[in-house]
Amino acid sequence: MTKQTATKTAWRFLAPMLLLMLVVAVWPLSRSVWFGFTDANINDLAASKWVGMENYVGEFGLMFNPNHSDGFWRSDWGIAIRNTLYFAVVSVGLEVLTGLAVAMLLHQDFPGRVWVRTAVLVPWAIPTIVSAKMWQWMLHDQFGIINELLLNAGVLAQKIAWTADASTSMWSVVAVDVWKTTPFMALLILAALQTLPKDCYEAAKVDGVHPLRVFFKVTLPLIKMPLLVAVMFRLLDALRVFDLIYVMTSNNSSTISMSGFVRREMVDNGNMGLGSAASTSLFLLIFISAFVFIKAARLRFSEAAK
Amino acid sequence: MSFFVVQNYNRLLKLLGGFFVLFAVQTVHAASVTIACGASGSDVVNCQKYANDWAKKTGHTVKFYSPPNSSTEALALYRQLFAAKSADVDVLVMDIIWPGILKDHLLDLKPRAASEIEQHFPAIIANNTVEGRLLGLPWYTDAGLLYFRKDLLDKHKQKVPGTWEELLSVAKAILAAEKAAGNTELQGYVFQAKAYEGLSCNALEWVASFGGGSVVDGSGKVTVNNPMAAKALNFAASMVGEISPKGVLNYAEEDARGVFQSGKAIFMRNWPYAFALSQKGDSAVVGKVGVAPLPKVAGAAKGAAALGGWNMAVSKYSKAPDAAIDLALHMTSSAVQKARALEGSFNPTRPALYQDKDVIAGNFLMANLSGVLANASPRPTTVTGLKYPEVSQAFWDATHDVLSKKSTGEDAVKKLESKLNQIKRSKW
Repeated sequence: MTKQTATKTAWRFLAPMLLLMLVVAVWPLSRSVWFGFTDANINDLAASKWVGMENYVGEFGLMFNPNHSDGFWRSDWGIAIRNTLYFAVVSVGLEVLTGLAVAMLLHQDFPGRVWVRTAVLVPWAIPTIVSAKMWQWMLHDQFGIINELLLNAGVLAQKIAWTADASTSMWSVVAVDVWKTTPFMALLILAALQTLPKDCYEAAKVDGVHPLRVFFKVTLPLIKMPLLVAVMFRLLDALRVFDLIYVMTSNNSSTISMSGFVRREMVDNGNMGLGSAASTSLFLLIFISAFVFIKAARLRFSEAAK
Repeated sequence: MSFFVVQNYNRLLKLLGGFFVLFAVQTVHAASVTIACGASGSDVVNCQKYANDWAKKTGHTVKFYSPPNSSTEALALYRQLFAAKSADVDVLVMDIIWPGILKDHLLDLKPRAASEIEQHFPAIIANNTVEGRLLGLPWYTDAGLLYFRKDLLDKHKQKVPGTWEELLSVAKAILAAEKAAGNTELQGYVFQAKAYEGLSCNALEWVASFGGGSVVDGSGKVTVNNPMAAKALNFAASMVGEISPKGVLNYAEEDARGVFQSGKAIFMRNWPYAFALSQKGDSAVVGKVGVAPLPKVAGAAKGAAALGGWNMAVSKYSKAPDAAIDLALHMTSSAVQKARALEGSFNPTRPALYQDKDVIAGNFLMANLSGVLANASPRPTTVTGLKYPEVSQAFWDATHDVLSKKSTGEDAVKKLESKLNQIKRSKW
């Protein structure tokens, strides 16, 4: 087979997939970007007019809006961006730590390890909507079991409205996200741990190196790359968080995320135009974050290799 | 032999054809209608029963679709369905704040309901009529009410509070006494303060009863930035953490009812539906609940109750519009409204039923309600039209910020004014 026919065959095999991508990804995505430049309303999409960059930087747009008397970061969109970044950084940071801890634990040999490994995966296997609702009930201020347990143990003097109080609602959401995603991180890290060569550890054991030192000097550098990939997955996931926050705290301003803002504008308020502009911005922000993260991670990785 | 087969074959064909004709005729007459109703348990029971009666009577099939519990989410869902011109839902239960928003997607019921129109409250018919088209048949009407625990008020020799200040002091006094006696679970006052439409109703009641207007006035002017509105929100915020648990910030109607009905609150703000449920089955407060108009401010002539209510609307995209309208007419008929008033404390929209002996005897709320319903404050839906969801959301956001002590009433109404003007742009 010549190279040319091989290429032809390859295209032939790729064609169905490309066609499908065109229909389910490219078309809706470009339509959404296009809506961002119109004043479309969900009431009658056919009546939408082209308004250029108005939704982004116009008088009533997302940025440089003269009506934002308290500045951009106090506007709804600014608050949503701040909440999202805060949520992403804090929850992913915590998940790395808990994931590492659980993975190190599961890496040890102990009887019943298989069962524990399976059991650990349960939170990850529950659909987010279900776990969010479940936690919302457990965190309920009057009937919730969390308040009951903490009260009985004497930790709390009075019941706390975990998901309603502005000072605890974001932390409740972060805690549930950590609970849910730790297994995912642990699993990826565990997979990396299992590929590590045993000889380094045997050498360290012979030399009598302190286990903590082994962890920081041997284990961590060796699993760095898979760890960074896992972190990136989680970061991209966390930046588009919606369901958890929407179910637990109903999009109030202490916790509303960028996706929550998009949903509110598009669906609740019917402003397809502004909502699409916001969702395009969200897409760009995630894209830029991924790009920066990859660049930064590689940079540090090559420094470590020097 | 072969002849015989052919003859049989022909007969078979005829027979089959006959079946097809029969079947086709049947599908023309017996339509399948999907009705979206019943967000809470009692709603489901009190809707399905009567819709099934209709199906039995007419030979049509009726299917049920459960919309989301929160009216905000239900509206969002219908707008998505209508944007896609979906025929999935034929008849829907429509909030009185929706006609202006859904007007382009609903059928005009006037031609089929001409004889019905005059039998309902004119205010509701007017509310449901947009651009001369009647978009919904009134099903039941609602207004915010103050629920109280008769037994606790009697025990502590307190009167039913007529003003907000009294509500605060009575709740504080009872809470102090009950806490001292070891009842630490008890809360003073529960209401709806989750970030959703229900909070707008509660907030409107505070603002209107303090004399702060109705957020946007009849001419479309944003009036919320006034000292009385700020004072009202500040007062509401002072209840949270004092006589109301901080958890109210995430309560909808059913959450508040849950707390009240399990005997853990002295007062509750809720719609009339909660009364029947609080007197049924496993409720901890059977026979201990009283209902009064919501408080006013000291010296004022009257308080304010948000006007609520639900209507039967028919989708423009329905494949069986005649049957769907027929079902809507049946559901809003006098007989069904009467039965629902007796069994579910759903308030009829027909003045005649308020004079009905059975209704008065069977539902003690009725006597209290006529005054409240007459004075109920409508939300600024007519004037804000398609933009009402945004207006309401800005209003509940501002209120939520004040209640969660992130902002003062004064700052919040100022910010809300600029936000509402931004939503308004040049016109509503």
